[in-house]
Amino acid sequence: MADVVILLDAYASVFGMRVRVALAEKGIKYEYREEDLRNKSQLLLKMNPVHKKIPVLIHNGKPVCESLIIVHYIDEVWKDKAPLLPSDPYQRAQARFWADFIDKKLYDAQKKIWTAKGEEQETAKKEFIEALKVLEGELGGKPYFMGERFGFLDIALITFYSWFHTYETLGNFSIEAECPKLISWAKRCMQKESVSKSLPDPKKVYEYILEMKKKLGVE
Amino acid sequence: MAQVTLLGAWPSPFVYRVIWALKLKGVDYEYVEEDILYNKSERLLKYNPVHKMVPVLVHAGKPIAESAVILEYIEETWPQNPLLPKDPHGRALARFWTKFGEDKNPALFGFLRTEGEQQVKATKEGQEQLRILEEQGLGDKKFFGGDEIGMADLEFGWLAWWLEVWSEITGVTLIEAESFPRLHAWIQRFKEFPTIKETLPDRSAMLTHYKDRRATFLALAKS
Repeated sequence: MADVVILLDAYASVFGMRVRVALAEKGIKYEYREEDLRNKSQLLLKMNPVHKKIPVLIHNGKPVCESLIIVHYIDEVWKDKAPLLPSDPYQRAQARFWADFIDKKLYDAQKKIWTAKGEEQETAKKEFIEALKVLEGELGGKPYFMGERFGFLDIALITFYSWFHTYETLGNFSIEAECPKLISWAKRCMQKESVSKSLPDPKKVYEYILEMKKKLGVE
Repeated sequence: MAQVTLLGAWPSPFVYRVIWALKLKGVDYEYVEEDILYNKSERLLKYNPVHKMVPVLVHAGKPIAESAVILEYIEETWPQNPLLPKDPHGRALARFWTKFGEDKNPALFGFLRTEGEQQVKATKEGQEQLRILEEQGLGDKKFFGGDEIGMADLEFGWLAWWLEVWSEITGVTLIEAESFPRLHAWIQRFKEFPTIKETLPDRSAMLTHYKDRRATFLALAKS
C-alpha cells in the first residue's frame, strides 16, 4: 500500500521548511497544505491539539509534531535513502546538541530582531551574531556540519537563511560581514535542489514579515 | 568497557533523569559532583563550554551535554531495557512528550520561585500544563512509555518526588489526587518502581536545599 503523506505547514516557517527539506532529501511524495495561522484548520487542531502549531506531518493518518522530531521520524521510516543523521551515536549526539542550541539561542534572538526596536533590537542582534559565530566555529573547515554529507544539523540551520535578508534589512547589518564562512556554507546548501526548492524567496519572507509587523502593531 | 563518568549536581532532576537511565540499563558509571552554583570546575567548563551546566556524560573521554541528548545517546549505546519503543510513531510520541516536559519546565517549576499573586498565577499555569499531560500524555497508560518506564517517564520523574518537597516548602499542592487521578496514580507507580525507589535523593536534605534555593529566587526577584 502506498504511503499517504500530508504536511500541514506555513510557507515562511523556518520549522516547516526543515520538514520540506527532509522530505525532499528522501524523495518522498507528499501533499503540502498551507495553513492560515490566524484561521487554523480543523485538521490542524485535531492533529496537534496540544500546541496547535505547524509543522505537522500526517503519515497514513497518524500525526507527528515538532519539526526536529518529524525529521527524526522521516529518517527512521525512510531509512534506506539519504540518511540524515550520522550512524555513530556520538556524532548523532553532537547533531542533536547543536540543533537544540539553534532552537534555544538562535530562535529567541532572531525574533526580537524583527519585533523590537532600539536597545532591545541591538541586544538581539548581538546575541544572534554571537550564536551564529559559535555555530560557524562548530562548522570549522568542513563542507557540512557533520562532515562530507549534508544532514540533520544542516537542515536545522539552513532554513533560517531564508530570513537573513529580513534580519539584515530590519536590523541594518550584514550577516556575511560577521560570519562569512557560514554564508559560504549556506550557499553550498542552497545548491542542493532539496533545499532551494523548499525555502521561500527571501523577498517574499520580508514582505510577509512587514505584514506581520503591521498586524502585531510593532512597526 | 570504556569509562563512563557523569558530571552532576545534587539534587538536580535533570541529573537524576540520566542516573535513572544508566541504572535501568545496568550501566556502571562514576559520579562526579559539581558545584554549579558557586564554583564550576575546569573540568565542567572543558566538557560543556557552551552551556557550562550539568548533567554531562563523558564516555570514553567524549562529552555529551543536555539531558534529552544524553538520554538518546544512552538509549543508542546501551540498547538493553529500552526507553523508546521500536516503532517510529511511538518513538515520535515519546520524544514529543519529553520535549513538552522540557518546554514547560518554567511553567511547572514556577510556583517554587514565586510568592503571592505571582505564585497563584504560576500555580494555575502549571496546572494547565499538567491537565494536558494527564489527559493527552499519560491517558490510561500505566507509564508514559506504556507498560514499561520510558524516556518521557524519566522526563517527568521529578513530579513523583521533587514536587512533594516543593509542596511542603511552599504550601502549594500542584497535583491533588481528585483533580489529577491518573498522574497521581502514575506518581505512586513511578516512585515505587524498584530501580527508581533506590535512586531518589534524600528528602530531608532536599527540604533544606530547596528552602535555601527558594529564598534565593525570591530575593533575586525583589532586587
